[in-house]
Amino acid sequence: MQTALTDLERRLLNDYQHGFPLSPAPYADIARELEVSESAVLEALARLQETGALSRVGAVLRPNTVGVSTLAAMAVPPERLESVAELVNGYAEVNHNYEREHRLNLWFVATAAEATRLQSVLDEIGARSGIEVLAFPLLEDYHIDLGFELRWT
Amino acid sequence: MDLTLATPVPVVRPPLDDADRRLLSALQGGLPFSARPYARLGERAGLGEDEVLVRLARLQEIGVIRRFGVVVRHHEVGYGANAMVVWDAPDEQVTELGHCLAGFDFITLCYRRPRRLPQWRYNLYCMIHGKSREEVLAHLEWMVSHCGLSTLSHEVLFSRRRFKQRGAHYFKDEMATEKIHGRT
Repeated sequence: MQTALTDLERRLLNDYQHGFPLSPAPYADIARELEVSESAVLEALARLQETGALSRVGAVLRPNTVGVSTLAAMAVPPERLESVAELVNGYAEVNHNYEREHRLNLWFVATAAEATRLQSVLDEIGARSGIEVLAFPLLEDYHIDLGFELRWT
Repeated sequence: MDLTLATPVPVVRPPLDDADRRLLSALQGGLPFSARPYARLGERAGLGEDEVLVRLARLQEIGVIRRFGVVVRHHEVGYGANAMVVWDAPDEQVTELGHCLAGFDFITLCYRRPRRLPQWRYNLYCMIHGKSREEVLAHLEWMVSHCGLSTLSHEVLFSRRRFKQRGAHYFKDEMATEKIHGRT
């Protein structure tokens, strides 16, 4: 669960969501900017990842430039929701899977290298669960991703 | 907000070579937490540190990487409420409305997607994060009035349970391949 974050942890989470240094020793560069040691930065990041606040330091790719992805939804009878969610989670191609408040109550995102593989994942989920899978591939992307300004109070 | 920066999703694949793919594949699990992380990444991808840095810069420039940095799990840092809000926007207005919605700082995603009639009439999606349901709904109210959406029908789909959340895996990584082979 959520634990109190130190100032260093907050700054790491908020200030480096984009424009992460592309330099040979990026953590040392960050340490200089934040006036702490490199090992303090590395330890804080590892701790944040352990507690779950930090998913990773990495690349968010623009959808449909490298792989192919889609949002998909299913109307699952409530008593089957957990087992169907587990079935969906079983696919490595699925990276997000949420229960939402709606008749269409299971929403997931699947990504694959090729459209044919993506389609067969959706088809398989539909066939194995016996529930129609509605695919909502994106048509236009309006958001410019600069991360998310975190407010701590 | 500069609307010219927001481009429709391209259908043409950007030119990536095998080395780019190996590099992005090595990066799927995240940048290592070590003194020379790009050198470590390069070892996994069969590239030198310099080449890793040059290629990552180029992948950002051509828009394949749209953000490089810390990826936060909102729920774990106090943003416990998130809602996917969907609108039934007239086709001739959807792009303009999408740009209006995407300008708010509490929005993390904003997309046009196809309707699926008769089950689903909505074509404009955005994701709102907040510290509480009330905050999300207050954000929504502000968006509706700012972007002039009060006449459009919409639905608010708050999330309940999170069954899975991780970065997308565009490439089969070696571990996954091993696991599959292990079973057969």
